[in-house]
Amino acid sequence: MEMGFATAVELATAIQQGKTTAVEAMEAVLARIGETEELYNCYVTVDRERALQKAEAVQKRIQAGEPAGPLAGVPVAIKDNLHVAGLPTTCSSRILASYRPTFSAEAVRRLEQAGAVVVGKTNMDEFAMGSTTETSAWGVTRNPWNPGHVPGGSSGGSAAAVAAGECFLALGSDTGGSVRQPASHCGVVGMKPTYGTVSRYGLVAYGSSLDQVGPLARTVEDCAAVLEVIAARDEKDSTSLAREDTDFTKALVQDVQGMRIGIPRDYFGQGLDEEVKEAVLEAAALLGQQGALVEEFDLDLVDYAVPAYYTIAAAEASSNLERFDGVKYGYRAAEAEELHQMYKRTRSRGFGPEVKRRIMLGSFVLSAGYYDAYYLKALKVKAMIKAAFDQAFARYDCIVSPVAPTTAPGLGESLQDPLRMYLGDIYTVSANLAGLPAISLPCGVDQKGLPIGLQLMGDCFQEKKLLRVAYTYGQLTQDKMPAGIPGQFVQGAKTVSCPKDQIEKAAVAEAHAPGKGGM
Amino acid sequence: MDREYETVIGLEVHVELATRTKIFCGCSTAFGAAPNAHTCPVCTGMPGALPVLNRKVLEHAVAVGLATHCEITRYCKFDRKNYFYPDNPQNYQISQLYLPICRNGYVEIGTSQGTKKVGIHEIHMEEDAGKLLHDDWEDVSLVDYNRSGVPLIEIVSEPDMRSAQEVIAYLEKLRLIIRYLGASDCKLQEGSMRADVNLSVRKVGAKEYGIRTEMKNLGSFRAISRAIEGECKRQIDLLESGERVIQETRRWDETKETSYAMRSKEDARDYRYFPDPDLVPVRISDAFLEEIAGRQPEFRTEKMQRYKTEFDIPDYDIEIITSSRHMADLFEETVACGAAPKKVSNWLMVETLRLLKEKGLDPEDIRFSPAHLASLIALAESRVINSTVAKEVFEVLFEEDVDPESYVEEKGLKMVSNESALLETVKEVLAANPKSVEDYRGGKEKAMGFLVGQTMKAMKGKADPGAVGKLLKELL
Amino acid sequence: MANRISDDIIEYVGILAKLELSGQEREQARRDMEEMLCYIDKLNELDTSGVEPMSHVFQVQNVFREDVVTNGDGGQETLCNAPEQKDGMFVVPKTFV
Repeated sequence: MEMGFATAVELATAIQQGKTTAVEAMEAVLARIGETEELYNCYVTVDRERALQKAEAVQKRIQAGEPAGPLAGVPVAIKDNLHVAGLPTTCSSRILASYRPTFSAEAVRRLEQAGAVVVGKTNMDEFAMGSTTETSAWGVTRNPWNPGHVPGGSSGGSAAAVAAGECFLALGSDTGGSVRQPASHCGVVGMKPTYGTVSRYGLVAYGSSLDQVGPLARTVEDCAAVLEVIAARDEKDSTSLAREDTDFTKALVQDVQGMRIGIPRDYFGQGLDEEVKEAVLEAAALLGQQGALVEEFDLDLVDYAVPAYYTIAAAEASSNLERFDGVKYGYRAAEAEELHQMYKRTRSRGFGPEVKRRIMLGSFVLSAGYYDAYYLKALKVKAMIKAAFDQAFARYDCIVSPVAPTTAPGLGESLQDPLRMYLGDIYTVSANLAGLPAISLPCGVDQKGLPIGLQLMGDCFQEKKLLRVAYTYGQLTQDKMPAGIPGQFVQGAKTVSCPKDQIEKAAVAEAHAPGKGGM
Repeated sequence: MDREYETVIGLEVHVELATRTKIFCGCSTAFGAAPNAHTCPVCTGMPGALPVLNRKVLEHAVAVGLATHCEITRYCKFDRKNYFYPDNPQNYQISQLYLPICRNGYVEIGTSQGTKKVGIHEIHMEEDAGKLLHDDWEDVSLVDYNRSGVPLIEIVSEPDMRSAQEVIAYLEKLRLIIRYLGASDCKLQEGSMRADVNLSVRKVGAKEYGIRTEMKNLGSFRAISRAIEGECKRQIDLLESGERVIQETRRWDETKETSYAMRSKEDARDYRYFPDPDLVPVRISDAFLEEIAGRQPEFRTEKMQRYKTEFDIPDYDIEIITSSRHMADLFEETVACGAAPKKVSNWLMVETLRLLKEKGLDPEDIRFSPAHLASLIALAESRVINSTVAKEVFEVLFEEDVDPESYVEEKGLKMVSNESALLETVKEVLAANPKSVEDYRGGKEKAMGFLVGQTMKAMKGKADPGAVGKLLKELL
Repeated sequence: MANRISDDIIEYVGILAKLELSGQEREQARRDMEEMLCYIDKLNELDTSGVEPMSHVFQVQNVFREDVVTNGDGGQETLCNAPEQKDGMFVVPKTFV
C-alpha cells in the first residue's frame, strides 16, 4: 500500500484489517522524513527508536486482539509546546533547550490511548508567538507547496508535516489562529474547538484564556476522528468542559440543505487578496447550490478584534512566561552573581525578539496606571465582540470567511513589520476571543500554486455543524482539491524553482535542534 | 510614648489553613518531609501544569469570614500577583485582589477602656511560597518548594488599633476564633500564623493618617510588641527632627531588636494583578453558606454562658477552660464520660496546665483522651488509688495516653486499705520509731503525720492514708 | 501620540519583566511598543461604559478538587531539570545580604 496517499482513518482501518502494520506505517513515515525533512524542517525532535518501539507495542496489542483504539498505529506529530513524556519540550525557544517534561499533555495521553503513535515534536513560532514559524530558535520550517514560502504559524511544523506526508495527523495549539492559519497555508484541515473542549493540561501556556489544542489533518474525517479522541473533560484543567456531544464523526454527513450560512461583508474589504476572496466566495456559492441558505450580513466590531486580542494575549503571556527564570529548568545564564542579574540575563538571552516584544507589551498594559486603559478596556471589547457573534449566530448556523488575507508569504517577508503581521490575524482571532469553534479547510490554489483556506466559524459547542458543512464541501471538491494527497503536495514542492542546494538552512537549526537524528 | 502622638496600626495576618493537601494540587501539606518531596508540576510552576482549587480551602475561608462578621462575596475570583522571587515558582502568586472571598467584618477585643471593635477590611485566599535557605559556605541560596502552594488566608484589618496591647489582643482573638473553627493551629513560632504590621503615627486629634510603613518577619508576640514600640519611636523621632517617614517595607531583626528597610531598584512593587485565566470563578450559593453556617462551632462567649448554667464550676475555671476549644471539648467529653465537672476542671486547671507549662506546650497539644481522664478520676474517686498515685498516673497519661485502669493493674498501684494488709507494716514503723511513738503519746499530734508518712513510704505510696491513720491510732 | 513611551518606561517595564535590553534593542522596543499602543488605541473609539469586562468566556464556576492527597514523593521529578541543585534543593544566587 502506498502510505503517502492514505488518510489516517484509511490507515487505521488497513492496520486493523491486517493489510499493513503499525510498524510499516511508522517506517514509511520515518523514510519520508529521511527524504524531505532536511528541506522542510518540520520537526524539532524525531525519536525514531521510541516511535518504532511504540508502534511495535501497538501492533502487539492488535495482534493479541486487544482493543487498541480507533487510531491504532497512526503516526502523529505533536507541536513542541505540548508535552510528550520522554521527549524534550522546547517551544522552539532557547530558554527551554534542555527541558524534559515528566508528564504528557492530556491531549497527547488521549491520542496515545487511542493507539496513535508519536513520531516527534514539530517546529513552531517561539512559544507560539508568530504567524510564520520564523520566530523559532531552531530555524524556519518551509512550506511543502513551495519551500521559498513560510508554512504559516505558529503550528507551522505540524501543518507542514501533515502536508509533506511526514506524519498522518498532528496536534497544534490555537491562540489566535495558530492551527487554522498554517493549515490554510499548507493546504490541510485544521480545527480550533470551542474553548474548554480539549484539556490544556500539558500545553505550555501562551494566552491561557484563548489557547486551545486542535487537530491538523488531511481530511475533515481525520480531523473529526482526532477531535473525538481528544475532546474530554479533564479534572486537571479547571477550564475544561464536560460535553456529551463529542461523537464528532457522527456529524460527517454530506448534507447542507437548509443550513443558514452568513458571509460577513466586513471580512471581504480592504487588505484581502483578490484570489483568496474569489475562492472563498466560490466555496460559499457551492454550498448555496447544495441547498444552504447563503447570505451576506454585517458583523460588528471586526476592526477591534486584533487590538483587543493582542492586548489580552500579550498580558497573559507576560505572566505565563514569568516562570522561565533559570531557577527550576531550562537555560540559565552563567556568570550572574546577583539574583536579578541572573533573571535578566537568562531571560534576555533565552527569549527571542518577538517573545520579548510581547512580554514587554503585556507587562506594560498590566502595569500600575495602565491596567484600566488597556487591559480592562480590551476585556470589555472582548465582551462586546462575543455579543456581536451571539447576535450573528442567532441568525446563522455558520459564518464563512477567509482564514488569512493572503496565501503563504515568502520567507522573511513578514517579520520586518510586526504590526502588519498581526493584522494578518484579523479573521482568526475573534474565534479565540469569543471561545468559538472554527475550522480551516482548503478551497483552492492561487496562481503561485499556494493553497487557499476557507474558514467556517460556528457558535459555541456547534463543532458538528462545522464538520457537516466542511465534510460536505470536502466531498464535493475532493477531485479538485489536493487535500489528503500529500504525494501531490510534495511533487508540487519539487516543481517549484527552488533547488535544494540553494537553500541554506539556518545554521542555528543545525546547532541547536535538541534531538534530531541523534536520538 | 510621646503623648502628643497617636499610633495607628493595621495588620495583615497570614494564616496557614489546616488542610491535608495544598490549595491547587494533591500534594501533602505535612511538615517534616525531605526538601521538595511534597511537590509536583503544579506547585513548582512547571510549564503546562494547571491549578484546581481545593474545596476545603474555600470552606475554611468562608467559616472564618462568618465568624468575624464578614460579608461573604457571592461571586469571587482568583487573581495573579506578579513578582519575581525564587520562592515563588511561577513568579506570580495566585491570590485575590478584585473580588476577595470576605469583606467588611470585625472582631471584638477587650482593652483597658472596655470592648473595642477592630474592623476587618477583607480576607482573601492565596498560596504560600516555598522556603529559602541560605548556604553560607557557598554563598548561595537553596530553594525548597514543600511549602509552596500551602493554602493561606490573609486577614487584612482596618487601621483600628492604637497600641501594641491592642494588636496582641486582636491577634489572640483571631487565633482563638480560628482555632475554635479548626481552620488552623495558628502557631506564630512555626509560621502557621504570621503578622505584618502597618504602622503610622499622627498628632493626637489629627484627621489624616500619617505615612505608614510595613513591618515584616515578626515571629512572636514579643517581637510584634517590640517592633511596634521601636517603629513608633523611630517615626516620632523622624518627625520631631523635621524629617519625613518614607512609605516602605521594613524587616524586623529579632536578635538586634531593630528594623531595616527592604529597598531595591528591582523591587518595583507593581504587581500587575489580573484575573487568573486558569481558574474559574467561585459562586457561593445559599445552600453552601447555610451548610458552613450550620457547621460553625459554639464560640467562646456562648460556651462560657452555657458552662455557667450547666456546670457548677468557678468562673475563673470557665475562662481558662474555654480559652482553648480543644480543652473545652476535652472538659465536656470527660464530663460526658461520667466524671464530675468540678473534678475534671481541677485536673485541667492544676495538673494539665502545670505540665503544659513545664513542657512549653499549648492547650492544642493535649493528646490524652477524655475517656482515660474520666477513668483516672473514677479510680481516684472510688479510692482504688490514692491521690499521690493518681498524679503519677496522670503524668503517664499526659505523655502516652495510657488506659489508667490497666496501667494501675499492671503496675500494682492499687491503694491498700484493708487493715490486715497494712497491720504488718504499721507495726514495723511503730517499732522503728519509738521516739515518735513517745512524742505522740506525750500529746504531740504532729508525730502522727510523721508516722503516717513513714508508713506510706514503706508501702511505696499505695496505702490509704486514712486507713493508715486509723490503724495507727488504734495501736497507740 | 508619538513619544509617549519614554526610555524610563522601557527601563521600568524591563524591571517588571526581568528583561535587559541593549541600546539598540531598547530603541527598537520603544518604537515597537509605541506603534502597538497607537494601534491598540483604536479600542478607545468604542464606548464601553456599562460593559462588564469578560475575563472568562463561559460561565463555568465552582470547579474544585477534594482535599485528598494524590501525589507521592515528587522530589526527583521536580529536580530533574534543575540547572543547579544541592541537597535536594534548587540553587540560586543568594537572595539577601
